Amino acid sequence: MISGISIYEILTVSTIIFFIGIYGFVTRKNLIAMLMSIELILNSAALNFVIFNKYLFPNELGGAIFSIFIIAVAAAETALALAIIINLYRLMMSLKTDDLETMKY
Amino acid sequence: MIVFAAMAVSNKNIMRSIIYLLFVLIGMAAIYFMIEFYFLGAVQLTVYAGGIIVLYVNSIMLVEKINNPLPSAALWRRMLAGFLSSLGIVLTLFAIWSYDFAVVPANQAKEIEIHDIGIALLAYGNHGYILPFEVISILLLAAMVGAIVIAKTNKHNEIANK
Repeated sequence: MISGISIYEILTVSTIIFFIGIYGFVTRKNLIAMLMSIELILNSAALNFVIFNKYLFPNELGGAIFSIFIIAVAAAETALALAIIINLYRLMMSLKTDDLETMKY
Repeated sequence: MIVFAAMAVSNKNIMRSIIYLLFVLIGMAAIYFMIEFYFLGAVQLTVYAGGIIVLYVNSIMLVEKINNPLPSAALWRRMLAGFLSSLGIVLTLFAIWSYDFAVVPANQAKEIEIHDIGIALLAYGNHGYILPFEVISILLLAAMVGAIVIAKTNKHNEIANK
């Protein structure tokens, strides 16, 4: 653990980043920008896993391994979502959420 | 880090907000290095700061006109979202700070090496994680195949439309 920094302070940082991500997800109107907010949310969750592992159960590995899995899932999700977005742009020529109302083109 | 995160979700220029997101991810990796999870910090740097950011930048350059400012939501919507998320921050922080965590002191903890993580990932005993490891490999394969299929079918449709 980091000497001089308690678990509360790091949890505060990750909480604030999580809610900033939620704020961005609600207010952004561009699909790529919404994906970026999702990245913030996933990152703060992974940080929480690692911090709990380090401060509360330092002899186990669950948190670290789960945040590796979170990173893998986030990478897969980003790649797929960007593929979908680029195809959507080819079809609709727009990425604003207001223009993307139809489910089937 | 918090300032960078706030700028990443509020900046009008999408390229700049990507760069702020990159700074946030590097800060996360720095925290991982500070608590001595070196493998995790390295994975964070390579996968996020290296891979995902480059993917974002590429797709933005393919799709968007960079100089166009992003459309922002209506003011009352932004106010409502800001109010609700600050309410969430206050509630969560209240819950966190009023809970008494049983923190293990640093001298009792043993160092976690990279090979511990590797062995735990492939062990099928009591503290092994072989099942989620396999599931995540299937998921990555499915995502890859899915991305290829999405890219391919539309190309066929375009040809058919012509």
